Amino acid sequence: MDASVILFYAVSALLVLTSLMVVFLRNVVHCALALVAALFLIAILFLMLQAPMLGALQVLVYAGAIMVLFLFVIMFLNPTNPEPRRTLWWGFGLLAALLLAGSLAALLSNGETLADSVPANEAFGSPEMLGKSLFTDFVLPFEIASVLLLVAIVGAVVLAKREP
Amino acid sequence: MILDISIVAAKAFLVLFMVLNLAGILGWIERKGSALIQDRIGANRASIFGLAGMGLVNTLIADPLKFLTKEDFVPPQGDRFLHTLAPCMALFTALVTFAVIPFGDVLVVGDRVINLQVANINIGILYIFAIASLGVYGIVIGAWASNNKFSLLGGVRGSAQMISYEVAMGLSVIGILMIFGTLELQEIARGQGTLIRDLLPESASFLKSAIGWLPAWGIFLQPVAFLLFFTAAIAETKRIPFDLPEGESELVAGYHVEYSGGKFLMFFAGEFAEIVTAAGLVTTLFFGGWQVPYLMRDGFHFPWGETVLLPHLGVVLLQVGAFIVKVVFFCWLQILLRWSVPRFRYDQVMRLGWKMLLPLALLNVVVTAIVIIAVQ
Repeated sequence: MDASVILFYAVSALLVLTSLMVVFLRNVVHCALALVAALFLIAILFLMLQAPMLGALQVLVYAGAIMVLFLFVIMFLNPTNPEPRRTLWWGFGLLAALLLAGSLAALLSNGETLADSVPANEAFGSPEMLGKSLFTDFVLPFEIASVLLLVAIVGAVVLAKREP
Repeated sequence: MILDISIVAAKAFLVLFMVLNLAGILGWIERKGSALIQDRIGANRASIFGLAGMGLVNTLIADPLKFLTKEDFVPPQGDRFLHTLAPCMALFTALVTFAVIPFGDVLVVGDRVINLQVANINIGILYIFAIASLGVYGIVIGAWASNNKFSLLGGVRGSAQMISYEVAMGLSVIGILMIFGTLELQEIARGQGTLIRDLLPESASFLKSAIGWLPAWGIFLQPVAFLLFFTAAIAETKRIPFDLPEGESELVAGYHVEYSGGKFLMFFAGEFAEIVTAAGLVTTLFFGGWQVPYLMRDGFHFPWGETVLLPHLGVVLLQVGAFIVKVVFFCWLQILLRWSVPRFRYDQVMRLGWKMLLPLALLNVVVTAIVIIAVQ
């Protein structure tokens, strides 16, 4: 077996394990840290798919910034008692899992074989290519996403500055 | 294959050896320097065989021995696993950043060209910011796992401060990236080997004769960015005037109040390794990295036409030496700053980061873009 295949299965197995830890650990801080580990492992998968820029941004934005804010909130609220289990949430979770399993089964059972992999060219995943495609082909979704973020920032300021 | 791996391993060993030793020496320089500034005799108790005069060597041996033989205390209500993980995270993130900082150009041995940089990845700067953003976990996890209100407050302060200054730090280097057109630190260092007159158009003859002889270092091209980056980098190392996460007069010792022995030593070494990394980054981005002014690959080419040829090994040694001298200078400057200014108040830290550094960095990006378009 190829070394990259072994690495892929090792990283994926760890990813599944840390994702399960996010759901099943009892302490919220432990869950959040397991999520950090999972996001870091996804960055490694991006690296293996020749997208180092995406991998670095994954660590920078998700593992580094967003999860710190999660931890920040958890530490402020300091939930000492584990939440009681809610049976209704299990129902929703089961539904989502069934939908995902169904779509995955449909994808995998349609009889198509994978096309032979083509070696990516040098520029693939590079900052230049990413920048060019963001500002030419995908400029409208890019701008819409930035407006969305601006709305979120303004909303947060309005909520925080509201007179008591 | 084996030779390739051993070359990379040798480079990694060399860089780690230099960073860790410089961090240790800085610990001594900091105490001696603070004693000098405060007009007292400092760090003079370590004495091996009565040789008190050998202060540096004695302290380098005595410090780790003392730390490692102390009791390693974990708070009974704390989280034992995370309490151990936190200092490892802090030291790890401080040490691996240096992997993408080049310490020389290329070393040619026979027909083999060795790039004097541990990891040559085309997103070098993003890698540094990604690792720096993980550095927050060392203090946040350590603060929480200690189960102490002082350390928790320190951790909350530290995470907010580091996230705030990461934004300004990231935006302040955009100007450099626009000028050199790359995210790779070795390419940025090479780009600073040209002279300013090579970057200016024909029509700007007055500017060419006035400042054209200067090397195209980041400090001459982006002076504002240097001030912003250096300020943000000091805030990231969490030292005075930005040591709010520690704040010993308010929070005892902040996020590492419950740490002792070897684990405290790891936080301590991590802080000094961060100083070295910050100095390495400032050197690479704004002071030409390993560049010596007018030194090309075959020797000196002075702007007034004179040429002094040097052997290849001499050029490489000069470059590596220049890099080390610059890094040591910026380490010393950071220590001098730490003992010269008082601590900010927390609201002042936040105001400086969000209301001064961030808008100035954005303005710098816009002005740089206009100048680049005008020069083309």
